[in-house]
Amino acid sequence: MFSIQTFIDSFGPLLWAARYTLLVSGLGIALGLVLGAAICAAALSRNAWLRKFAAIWVSFLRGVPLLVQLLLLYYLLPVVGINVPAIAAAVISVGICASAYISEIWRGAIAALPPGQTEAAEAIGMSSGDIWTRIILPQAVVMSLPALINELILLVKASSLVSVVGILEITRASQAQAATTFRPLEVYLAAACIYLVINLCLAAIGRWLEHRAAV
Amino acid sequence: MVQASAVEIRKVNKFYGPFQALKDIDLSIPPGKVTCLIGPSGSGKSTLLRCINFLEPYESGKILIDGQMIGYDAPGKPMSGRRLRDMRRSIGMVFQQFNLWPHMTAQQNVAEGLIRVRGLRKPDAEERAAEALRKVGMADKMGNHPARLSGGQQQRVAIARAIAMEPRLMLFDEPTSALDPELVGEVLGVMKTLASEGMTMVVVTHEMGFAAHVADQVAFLEGGELVAVDTPSTILHHPRDARIRAFLRTYHERNAF
Repeated sequence: MFSIQTFIDSFGPLLWAARYTLLVSGLGIALGLVLGAAICAAALSRNAWLRKFAAIWVSFLRGVPLLVQLLLLYYLLPVVGINVPAIAAAVISVGICASAYISEIWRGAIAALPPGQTEAAEAIGMSSGDIWTRIILPQAVVMSLPALINELILLVKASSLVSVVGILEITRASQAQAATTFRPLEVYLAAACIYLVINLCLAAIGRWLEHRAAV
Repeated sequence: MVQASAVEIRKVNKFYGPFQALKDIDLSIPPGKVTCLIGPSGSGKSTLLRCINFLEPYESGKILIDGQMIGYDAPGKPMSGRRLRDMRRSIGMVFQQFNLWPHMTAQQNVAEGLIRVRGLRKPDAEERAAEALRKVGMADKMGNHPARLSGGQQQRVAIARAIAMEPRLMLFDEPTSALDPELVGEVLGVMKTLASEGMTMVVVTHEMGFAAHVADQVAFLEGGELVAVDTPSTILHHPRDARIRAFLRTYHERNAF
């Protein structure tokens, strides 16, 4: 029998654990956006070494599972004498991994702009700085929104992986809760609801931004 | 000395890898006059036009704008980006695909260059933009984004964007080729007005009617070579070169139902 009471009671500890899910994915996303912009700039740079660096960065981070990256970082940092709390290792891993995907999303959006957009600006004598900030980026950012929101939603879900380094986020908390109540169905259903609400909010923000940018 | 050319093209060569797109082009563009570049597709006419404001770099030869070489300080020595931008400020360009910036209104499209390049304050730039848009008959659509304008209206905004910068020379790269036939007239009308005001214009076009009635000289290119430069009536009605006759025949055949 499905116990509605257990289902409802599960929300208490799970929502408490959700702050870690939000913290890791929120900070991870913020780090991913900043690093992603830098890697994207490197990938589009005129310097061949920077382009090479960006290419290696992207192919390594996309080619190795986030779980493995996380464990690598978590066990590597103490070896090189850096002791950081698990939460910091988690944020850094998620952020670095996200940066690879985000930089590719932006590079794709910039490449998709018709060359005539830049030519028209060059033809009236605009500087390349102005061309980037006034013509290319405003359009590329808007064009990248659907893919970007998609990636951010994937990240929130992937944040469950940080439970392996001992962070009590939603998924880890539901496992514990399921073990003590012997009611896995109710507990995991509650966890699903919390993830769903977080991601529906992200999707709504994305739609609102797209709508605002649409003419 | 006779009046100096607005644009002097001397022995210009342009390569795409092993392919030679322009072969030893010599052409003088007289000031205050309309020069049309015609020829089959792939003849190099658009490439030549784009070399004039150095959107396409040329490898050898010289292109002088009011006596000053564009793109190079000396042969083989590229000029700085800043000097190139300074030269481009006085050369307006209109593209086949309009190339308006879709995230800006018509008025913002025109004002952008005035603010960023000419350093005007925003209210002054907007006023100047409104004036330029009035001139091309787009005053009532200033607040529209390009997506809300027809092709002909977009092209007129693009012309306003170029003339607002007060150029000494205007380049048109097939300005009506992307337009539905019924919208061609409004764009050609604006171009005729500009011509009658004495603007120096170089126009790549397939509109033989425009070339015949508005141009002061017509240049015919084929295979990267300048085949002939002459008055419109000579080129269009009494062409001496067989290649020009063959090219014009396609027009005659299309119009003979």
